[in-house]
Amino acid sequence: MSDVVRIKKVVEEAYDTKTFFFDWNAEARPGQFIMVWIPGVDEIPMSISSITDSTKSITVKAIGDATRAIHELKEGDRISIRGPFGNGFDLDSGKMLIIGGGVGTAAIMPAVAATGADTIIAARSDRDVILEEKARKFASNVWIATDDGSKGFHGNAVQLMREKVAENDYDCILACGPEVMLYFTYKACEELDLDCQLSLERYMKCGAGVCGCCVMDDSRVCRDGPVFNRSQISMLTEFGNSKRDECGRIVKFR
Amino acid sequence: MATLETDIGGVHLELPGMVASGIMDETGHSMVRMFECGAGAVVSKSVGSVPKGGHANPCFMEVAGGYVNAMGLPNPGIDLFKEEMDVAVPHGKVIGSIYGASPEEFSHLAGKMEDYGATAIELNLSCPHAKGYGMEVGTDPKMVGSIVSAVKGSVSIPVWAKLTPNTHILPEIGRAVQDAGGDAVVAINTLKAMVISPEFARPIMSNKFCGLSGSAVKPVGVRAVYDLRSVLDIPIIGVGGISTWRDAAEYIMAGASAFQVGSAIGTDGVDVFKRINDGLLAFMEEYGYDSITSMVGAAHE
Repeated sequence: MSDVVRIKKVVEEAYDTKTFFFDWNAEARPGQFIMVWIPGVDEIPMSISSITDSTKSITVKAIGDATRAIHELKEGDRISIRGPFGNGFDLDSGKMLIIGGGVGTAAIMPAVAATGADTIIAARSDRDVILEEKARKFASNVWIATDDGSKGFHGNAVQLMREKVAENDYDCILACGPEVMLYFTYKACEELDLDCQLSLERYMKCGAGVCGCCVMDDSRVCRDGPVFNRSQISMLTEFGNSKRDECGRIVKFR
Repeated sequence: MATLETDIGGVHLELPGMVASGIMDETGHSMVRMFECGAGAVVSKSVGSVPKGGHANPCFMEVAGGYVNAMGLPNPGIDLFKEEMDVAVPHGKVIGSIYGASPEEFSHLAGKMEDYGATAIELNLSCPHAKGYGMEVGTDPKMVGSIVSAVKGSVSIPVWAKLTPNTHILPEIGRAVQDAGGDAVVAINTLKAMVISPEFARPIMSNKFCGLSGSAVKPVGVRAVYDLRSVLDIPIIGVGGISTWRDAAEYIMAGASAFQVGSAIGTDGVDVFKRINDGLLAFMEEYGYDSITSMVGAAHE
């Protein structure tokens, strides 16, 4: 089933990133995603970036044909969506530190809003930092890390996470971002013996756990994930190493 | 004590339900997981000669009573598929599903699948949304006969033909499989379908056409198996909308010696096999069927 919804507000988050708000009655949990159809272009998975009663949003960085086409949409335009899909985060996980890297920050925002937990937003540079104001509305501690030091901590998300973990008594790290960031987040959690829940990404077609094209080892990112905890991730040999393309061929990261 | 064991010609299965082609069977580890979930065998994704990305998204959506899909036969190609078979075959019986455009191509692919350790070959003669393949070759009894006979001549493992319901000459096609030496028929593949978005005034699938699966197609599948049982002597494998033991029992009583489950892995979850197996066994014990064989075709007079 798909639902056609009307965009009721568009917010510019950065030079290349916009948030699209729409009314949609579906029950969605933090960490879930939807499939967004752009007629004549593509259908792509997008994390839900806010859940306020019936108002939901997606936050889109213009990086490919489909995301650029979404950026053309204006208030009043309609989009066709399926979902919500995936398991979402388990927010009953003690004292949490939530980390968003780049546009992955969109996927962790509903968890920040629901818990007010300490939050790290990491980006390449000052101009790539998104959703900071939103995070500050809900979380008393929001720390920024930029690779080039143009804002906040000079360094990457994992380096800042290590500092904050040393200063605070966290039980669990929640994160979404580029796989390299998540890989080193996982490695750090192993080393520090901290639990984690990481939201992963793979090429998707059905979104519903049927076609199997997004599997990592034997787990479907769309249905068994996209959020996996530390013990689940320890079983994913493909995590940080390889992904599969649209034909199902293995593509090594390095 | 009733048993769920069954035989499809020369293929013996400890459990009668297989994973249908196209669902959780593109990678070795997915197939292993499905064995662990109680599948008696796994039919692989349909594999062709060269890597194929399939149709662009959207190629899938939920509809009343099931799903539509127009995946377009995505697969890594027969050469790379060896790696997936190497992972899966030590854990259970893998039926190698293949698609091609000619008897020669089918024969080549079947030979590779046999080399990789497939228990049997399933010929995809029925995909409704791939140009030049599937039902485009599978609705011509002559073509079906020559494909089956070519593949039979090139492998020593059993050869099954998966048939399409999108034809009025299904019994004739079934007979063509049997006459060419085919070991079993598998029925049905998806029903050719279309979904249109009124708001955008266009078909939703990028390929326009798609195939309907799930509980909505079950009565069509049961009828197809019943029809085939009436004209064939070779075993039939029933597939189409099975998600409960009752569905499986319907197919068996229509004439199927075993069955496959596809969409229900999505709608009901990967543990659907265990529920079907448990329910079927309980039914058989209550109603005095000591084996699957004793139930096959029970609905025929």
